[in-house]
Amino acid sequence: MTGAATQAGPEARLTGAGIHKSYGSLPVLNGIDFSLTSNEAVGIIGPNGAGKSTLLSVLSGATPPTQGTIQLNGSDVSDLPARDRAAHGLVRTHQIPKPFSGITIFENVLVAATHAGARRKGEAYDLALDALDVCGMLPVANRPAESVGLLDRKRLELARALATSPRLLLLDEIGGGLTDAEASELVDTIRSLRARGIGIVWIEHIVRILLQVAERLVCMDAGRIIAEGDPETVMTDAQVVSAYLGGAPA
Amino acid sequence: MTIHRWTWQSKLTFTLAAALILILALVPAFASDSVNERLTVLFIYVILAAMWNAMAGYGGLVSIGNQLFFGLGAYMTIRLADAGINPFAAMVLGAVIVAGLSWVLSLFMLHLRAGEFAIGMWVLASIAHLCVNLDPLIQGETGTSLISLNAYAIADRRMMIFWAALIGMVGLLALLFAVLRTPSGLAMQAIRDNEEAADSIGVNPMRTKRLFFVLAGFGTAVAGALWLAQVSAFQPKTYFSVQWTAYMIFMVLVGGLGRFEGAILGALIFFAAETWFAATGVWYLIGLGAAALLFSLLLPKGLWGWIATRTGVSLMPLGYRVHMETPSK
Repeated sequence: MTGAATQAGPEARLTGAGIHKSYGSLPVLNGIDFSLTSNEAVGIIGPNGAGKSTLLSVLSGATPPTQGTIQLNGSDVSDLPARDRAAHGLVRTHQIPKPFSGITIFENVLVAATHAGARRKGEAYDLALDALDVCGMLPVANRPAESVGLLDRKRLELARALATSPRLLLLDEIGGGLTDAEASELVDTIRSLRARGIGIVWIEHIVRILLQVAERLVCMDAGRIIAEGDPETVMTDAQVVSAYLGGAPA
Repeated sequence: MTIHRWTWQSKLTFTLAAALILILALVPAFASDSVNERLTVLFIYVILAAMWNAMAGYGGLVSIGNQLFFGLGAYMTIRLADAGINPFAAMVLGAVIVAGLSWVLSLFMLHLRAGEFAIGMWVLASIAHLCVNLDPLIQGETGTSLISLNAYAIADRRMMIFWAALIGMVGLLALLFAVLRTPSGLAMQAIRDNEEAADSIGVNPMRTKRLFFVLAGFGTAVAGALWLAQVSAFQPKTYFSVQWTAYMIFMVLVGGLGRFEGAILGALIFFAAETWFAATGVWYLIGLGAAALLFSLLLPKGLWGWIATRTGVSLMPLGYRVHMETPSK
């Protein structure tokens, strides 16, 4: 294994300023200011419908903002599609896994490695194998993606994103539906990505596992950021307790 | 850890295929005229199935209007031959023009989704049919013939058409196989399975789908031109008929959607059914429909899909296998 996905180079930075997003007359994001560097792991929490996944979609380029700008390493990428942002080191995973069912696990990851991660064939193979190794998926590399269970589908989302050689990784509820043991494995994997110098945004409802990774916590409610900062402080913030934890302190 | 793309079965298959192609190339020297003509038909069916499979099987671009390319391939050949170009050169040049037209059509057709795309292609085929009817050279539904082929003696002509069809089939299959083994081939399958996810990891869906759309347009136009050369007559309603796409769908469905070997096997099955049962008239068509229905219900992956799933055999492998260097416990 070459460790081909280990990141180096100058710090990467993603900045979103004044982001609004509406679907028809329904506002989902109401003026979000957000930033992430490759030197940190940021957790995002909030009740259902707070706009967390929409924020990830807007930041990753899956959907355009109604208003506001997104900058990646100082360049305005607001109009760039997701594929071009992936090529510049910004990639996301999906809350509901979206495997390429008709091809194998290795081929799923290789698509990412050849299109956003590497230019040469050998380099792409190394990237794909390394991503599978990091996510513990080498034993199922030759299995069709349609044949694996939920845990492996979640891992595949992560492996595929990792094979793009990301500097900044946006994770959308990747721990949902996993057992405690599986979630612990996932935490170890994500910690190893941090050690590689990959900046992480992680949306998660299972706050317990999120706090094992996040160095900064953001709480959203009704399309706004209502608290941000040190996880311990955010978790005891009165607005967060009220909006997210139903009035009971963490 | 190493990555492998070939198996011993695939190496053997390609060796046998090369030998078979050489034998087929010699067929006109010893076979009867009717055998030559029937084999030419088979080669055209293989092209049609492979090209429809390229779009629908690998890219999820299910079309019921590929008769558009088939009809235009024949029409362009008629037009270019009428302008004084050698008929065989006109067949190639006509297909290239159809490929160019496919590129233009892709600019808006590929924005359509699923059923919209399928029906949209049929609509385009019908529009092309009407436009071709307006050409005075074609004389409406009366049609015309590729009369410039009459410059060749009948025996020479039959042999040349046979070889053209063989070269066309082998060339197009080789081209499709090569394209499917590139990163774009894998990307096309990813787009088929989930376009949004493919886009999120760097794949350009529009560019990739366009490549396959244009390739299928070119290949199906070659088939149309070859059919014209074979039967000589050009009547628009025959070439722009949806029955051609129905045959393509039957062949791929029975052989195996999204399987390279499946399209070839499906063409062989269709060819055999036509050879043995076409004389039964309407019962032949009822039989085809019933067979398609049964395959959909009982073998949804087609005959080759069923064989490959049960045996793990891949004669013409497009994918990748990871081999662990140390045996796993």
